[in-house]
Amino acid sequence: MTREDFKDNEYIDKLVEELNATGANVMVGKMDDLINWGRANSLWPLCFGTSCCAIEFMSLGAARYDMARFGFEVARNSPRQADYIMVQGTIVHRMAPVMRRLYEQVAEPKYVIACGGCAVSGGPFKKSYCVVNGVDEILPVDVYIPGCPPRPEAMFYGLMQLQRKIKVERFFGGANRKEKIEEFFKQHPEEKGHIG
Amino acid sequence: MSDIKEKISKVCPSATFEEGENLLVNVPEKEWYGFAKKLKDDKELDFDVLSAVVGMDWKDSIGVIYYLTSTSHNWDMIAVKVVCENRDNAYIHSVSDLWKVANFQEREVYDFFGIKFINHPDMRRFFLRNDWVGHPLRKDYDADPKLNPIRLDDEINEDDTCSYVEENGEIVRKPGKVFGEDDYVVNIGPQHPSTHGVMRFRTSVDGEEVKKVDVVSGYIHRGIEKLCEDLTYPQILHFTDRMDYMSAHQNRHCLCMCIEKALGLEVPRRAQVIRVMMDELMRISSHLLSFGCTAMDLGATTAFFYGFRERELVLDIFEKTCGARMSMNYNVIGGVIADLHPDFVKDVKHLIEIMPSRLKEYHDVFSNNLIAKNRLVGVGILPKKDAINYDITGPSGRGSNWSCDCRKKHPYSIYPELKFEEVLMDGCDSYSRYMVRMKEIEQSIKILDQLVDNIPEGEIRCQVPKIIKLPAGRWYQQVEASRGTFGVYIESDGNKNPFRVHFQSPCFNLVGVMDLCCTGNMIADLITIGAALDFVIPDIDR
Repeated sequence: MTREDFKDNEYIDKLVEELNATGANVMVGKMDDLINWGRANSLWPLCFGTSCCAIEFMSLGAARYDMARFGFEVARNSPRQADYIMVQGTIVHRMAPVMRRLYEQVAEPKYVIACGGCAVSGGPFKKSYCVVNGVDEILPVDVYIPGCPPRPEAMFYGLMQLQRKIKVERFFGGANRKEKIEEFFKQHPEEKGHIG
Repeated sequence: MSDIKEKISKVCPSATFEEGENLLVNVPEKEWYGFAKKLKDDKELDFDVLSAVVGMDWKDSIGVIYYLTSTSHNWDMIAVKVVCENRDNAYIHSVSDLWKVANFQEREVYDFFGIKFINHPDMRRFFLRNDWVGHPLRKDYDADPKLNPIRLDDEINEDDTCSYVEENGEIVRKPGKVFGEDDYVVNIGPQHPSTHGVMRFRTSVDGEEVKKVDVVSGYIHRGIEKLCEDLTYPQILHFTDRMDYMSAHQNRHCLCMCIEKALGLEVPRRAQVIRVMMDELMRISSHLLSFGCTAMDLGATTAFFYGFRERELVLDIFEKTCGARMSMNYNVIGGVIADLHPDFVKDVKHLIEIMPSRLKEYHDVFSNNLIAKNRLVGVGILPKKDAINYDITGPSGRGSNWSCDCRKKHPYSIYPELKFEEVLMDGCDSYSRYMVRMKEIEQSIKILDQLVDNIPEGEIRCQVPKIIKLPAGRWYQQVEASRGTFGVYIESDGNKNPFRVHFQSPCFNLVGVMDLCCTGNMIADLITIGAALDFVIPDIDR
């Protein structure tokens, strides 16, 4: 079979029509869409709150904002069960190796959200002697949520941006974000013991 | 005050005095330990509480200022200044065996200033990595990022410690280990949800019984005190909101009061009332969060939802007036930043009205629950004398029956006019600490009830000079924050930015008793003890 034959999907459409006519419920879609739909709606966060933003994230979990509506509610305490790390709060020098290790422990596909001014850029503590100026100095970040702390609505917006990002991902073929992440870690190596 | 001077001169003839807000006693380093012992043990002096330990670098010399309080003598406060003999090789005798609270405080001073404490049992850094180069709060600190890059490798030799002892007139470094070779050490944190932040406990266990807890702090140390030294006074205010974010209003109130005291400003009555109301609302919101988290740490997720339901009401009040749910940035030097929202009185009255019935609900669903009682009653015993020795203030201290409410002992703002009780419980356990918080919500409601109809008209802030310069001197101000006595120390050299700012946070002391409270309990109880002590980690690490 040649590659062009795969693009001829007319017979599939016919098949679906025939089946639907007899009352069978059949639909045709891309495997990518199915996988992304599932992933985007069951994002499990890793509990990683270092300061104020974490309290707002708790409000997200409580009844008023109720992040269970979007499938975010299963906050995991073990990185091995989580899908994304929402970095809520300042990352300081002592925390940096721990942060990096936690990221490595999360199973693929994994995402990072920098939530709040400190995680985005160091925030009000940018000039301090021991604050990492933005978590993107040590991890590849997917979504940034500014604010000090961001309102719960802003956090929702950030999380939904992540959903959108996941929904256009390509599991089979295409330029892969994995390559971009590999590129990031090539530029931020660990062997020397430190970055930059 | 003058008779304190006489008494001190009697026990330490070489002491010199400086008048100021608090009496400052200059003591030579050689006599410091003996003098400290007398200060504590002499019944006429009886300074049983070490309120603050402030490391100082005066450029030409380096030393420590100790703030001491005597609970039996009307909560009088004195400051003792001890200057090291040698700036580059600084030593001071440790007082951690007299006041246990000094254990961590002195480690902090060592971390920031490099002052080594003789006879301190465990002279490790407290906040920074053990391979950090330099001591950041020294005025001659080299801030070159090349010296301290972001290290992504783990700290090695974590178990190594040392102490400095005097032998034949020489000071000798004695290396040691935190844990013995046979100890089975379990690591808890820094990423663990029930440490309420990023605290790390290295815990040695015998079966399920905790033998020793080693507190490893600094995973959120942001160097606020150093940052303050480069900023002007109005610019440093926002840091206090981000230390103990559950006591944002009280902390900021404290810093503002300290600066106002130094400037001699009179805050308008309306601003004072608003400040106190906001403080009490903050306390309610903090205790509700504490209730929710304690419940959740025990697995009672429903109670967490209940606590957050009412907390949202308080946050709505903040949001309408201050413009933010958290990190409100509301108090400013001389008053408050904006006037009250028109709905404020209505919303507060609604809160006052519903809270009593909601509190009853909490007690039904959680406080009287059998599992909750089994996990909290009789667990994490902290006797009163230890609470005083470790300076455990706030609801945790009052759960050990120590009357230590700063609103009563060092009254500030309009608190002397208000009618409220200081809640005391004598269980000395986790349950007492928890119940004190629940009862304090009632008292805060009582305070709000007295004020809500009596908010005077008038200005919300007084006239403040455009460029704020404090006169040269030092000031110490305390308030009762949600978790205990919060202190601010400012030393000024007359410039528009402070020479030194120190924040004495209540949680710093709370985490100091983890070892004491947990030893002998089950490892599972470590979580509930931590929840009942209710520390906030950014407040410890600053």
